[in-house]
Amino acid sequence: MDTIIAATSARIRDAREAKTPLAIHGGKSKSFYGGAIIGESLDLRPYSGIIEYEPKELVLTVRAGTTLVEIERVMDAASQTLPFEPPHYAEGSTIGGTVASGLSGPRRPYTGAVRDFVLGARILDGKGDDLRFGGRVIKNVAGYDISRLMTGAMGTLGVLLDLSFKVLPKPVEELTLRYDFDEAMAIRQFNEWAGKPLPISATSWHDGVAMLRLSGAVAGVKAARLKLGGELVAHDVAKLFWHSLRDQRDAFFQTVEPLWRVSVPPTTAPLGLQMPQWIEWGGGLRWHRGVADVAALRAKIAQAGGHVTLFRYGDKAAGVFNPLQPVLTKIHRDLKAAFDPENILNRGRMDNF
Amino acid sequence: MHAELIADFQRVSPPLKLIVDTERLKPFETDAYISHRALPLCAVMPDTESQVVDIVKACSVRDVPLVTRGAGTGISGGAIPLANGVLVVLSRMNKILEVDPASCTARVQPGVANAAVTSASARYKLFYAPDPSSQIVCSIGGNVAENAGGVHCLKYGLTVHNVMRLRVVALNGEVLEIGSAALDAPGYDLLALMHGSEGLLGLITEVTVKLTPEPQHIETLLAAFPSVTDAANAVNGIIAAGVIPAALEMMDKMVINACEKFMSAGFPIDAEALLLIELDGAREEVAEQLETVERVLRACNQQEIRRAGDDAEREKLWKSRKGAFAALASISPDYYTMDGSIPRRCLPEVLARYQQLSAEYGMLIANVFHAGDGNLHPVVFYDATKPGELERSEELGGKLLEVCVEVGGTITGEHGVGIEKLKQMCVQFRDKELAMFHAIKAVFDPAGLLNPGRAVPSLKRCSEWGGMHVRAGEIPRADIPRF
Repeated sequence: MDTIIAATSARIRDAREAKTPLAIHGGKSKSFYGGAIIGESLDLRPYSGIIEYEPKELVLTVRAGTTLVEIERVMDAASQTLPFEPPHYAEGSTIGGTVASGLSGPRRPYTGAVRDFVLGARILDGKGDDLRFGGRVIKNVAGYDISRLMTGAMGTLGVLLDLSFKVLPKPVEELTLRYDFDEAMAIRQFNEWAGKPLPISATSWHDGVAMLRLSGAVAGVKAARLKLGGELVAHDVAKLFWHSLRDQRDAFFQTVEPLWRVSVPPTTAPLGLQMPQWIEWGGGLRWHRGVADVAALRAKIAQAGGHVTLFRYGDKAAGVFNPLQPVLTKIHRDLKAAFDPENILNRGRMDNF
Repeated sequence: MHAELIADFQRVSPPLKLIVDTERLKPFETDAYISHRALPLCAVMPDTESQVVDIVKACSVRDVPLVTRGAGTGISGGAIPLANGVLVVLSRMNKILEVDPASCTARVQPGVANAAVTSASARYKLFYAPDPSSQIVCSIGGNVAENAGGVHCLKYGLTVHNVMRLRVVALNGEVLEIGSAALDAPGYDLLALMHGSEGLLGLITEVTVKLTPEPQHIETLLAAFPSVTDAANAVNGIIAAGVIPAALEMMDKMVINACEKFMSAGFPIDAEALLLIELDGAREEVAEQLETVERVLRACNQQEIRRAGDDAEREKLWKSRKGAFAALASISPDYYTMDGSIPRRCLPEVLARYQQLSAEYGMLIANVFHAGDGNLHPVVFYDATKPGELERSEELGGKLLEVCVEVGGTITGEHGVGIEKLKQMCVQFRDKELAMFHAIKAVFDPAGLLNPGRAVPSLKRCSEWGGMHVRAGEIPRADIPRF
């Protein structure tokens, strides 16, 4: 593995010299996401494998090219899980891509996002320097939190090498309840439940149907089920439903129309956009499908305190990510320059600064 | 120049509370790292964000450094004034602006005390989870600057996991809006970058925190063990059994004896280690976990298990833990608390190394700490009246932290680097990593005026200290990956 690091570092130095951009990737399961891909392929898949995993420590350290499938297989055997329920989208998606994209699955509002579980990162910066930040311990405040800064940076600040995570025991019991709610009722009910000590692990609303997943100890889930009414969904059906939502396999998401990721404060009232909608994250994430005036949409959502990403399909020319506050734009440019002075790493994948 | 700066401050509108006379500056000459102190040029106590902007602009124009201070409870010296600088005290910005039970959030000014957020949320059956032991006094702004932890972080996370949004005044006087009331924000995770940045990147003027629903039921247990190793095994056993306790605290014999002497806690005196365990959640869930935990404790040679029957008994058990540091003062008036963090499995090994170092230096070390997340707080006793003892205690403290780095841990879990652990930063990080920290600081503060010299050592200072430290990546026990 040291030879891979040395070779990758040399490649970055050469690319910097020649000012040629590098397109970092793993399984390419999320290549649809973010700004257009420019440059020569830098394939991280050979840099794979679990470096250290001792379930009792609740800490996993893994190479960036390791597939989620492999990690989940090993963790499953120890009855543990990556608590942010990472989306796979396609076969072969890697942990490096998960951290770089910063995307989390249905469990996010209730257990935390990928950034909440990152403990440490070893990276190669845009000069090819091998740097280590954070650690393998749960509490660590030495130095700025650069490992969390890597999360969601779309690979623009460094090539991710080794990553450490806090992990959690897998819930012993899981069940899903179904409700016939309209949109307003679903949003209101999701938020009301979120303010109570209930073992909620996922919420979804689409087309008049709300789904609620409970996860935890057997007794706790049973007790909550009695309070929550609804109609119990068969275990296999529920499992398939949440996997399908996590990986966006439903026909709603599989289209050629632009797919908008609208992130708003969860209590936001129905937005009234004239587009088909799927709600997740207790009301905090509202997927919309259809052609829209981007500027008008962004202005409307900004009013609500949220932001809009063109997640998939559609014309990226109008900007994939929501524009930043002008003073933050300069900070983003300067941070990028500090890590990658010649702008060779995933150039343009973050297109809002 | 000093007079001109004071004149600038006097022109701020609405009028700014300004302290210039030595006598009234005295209370601000140190934070809770009391072995070091300095008097600033002056102290300013703004009430509003616009005053903070004016202060920063005035200092920036005149190239005068500023140090930000909240309640001054930090124990790594990060809020000690600079003799050539201004001290910005944010304790008057102490309003809770909004508690919103619908979204489970609270919007507060930086000077609000940590515990006040929970008090203001209690009527909605919500609480603010991070609970550093100084929570009655310590401020939310300081909690963000240090990424404060507490006894409940294994389950509920650190400050960085419980803050959604910040308003931060940058050195050029612009107000940055970082994070979002939504579950994510576009761009880089600057929210994470601000947490634990120790006042080096900006001045926090508003914090939106996430509130957590109060658990339905709580169980608190105290377990006594004949050895530290047995207690450490119990800690690992509980977590291996799939239980994440709300709190999991350990105390060693010296702490047990001090508590016994100081407040007659009624601990078994032949115990070598105590564990304080708190479980919370739905009543049925806690009952299930309680059974599991008791089974693990019995398998780990526990001598005695005590279970709090009601809130009063729970208070009593916690009193022994929270009062431990006060009790330790009965052993020796002067002590020095460290803050290393290690992989949990290394607990017995590290505690044994501490005892060796204690013997080597002829100084007592007590241990009372957050066992669940491997965050150690060894306490080194010294006598400040003996010449050289303070320096020796600091040297020993440094060694204790280096042991943490050696086993793959870190020099600070929750107290921050400040001025206290600059030397150990040179042990934990290599020159290129430190250079990256400086580059990040320069993005936010090119002139280097915000809390300069704290949290990140200069490369020059590291190379001066280099004699006693390992350089160029040649770390001890190189077999252990370090990130």
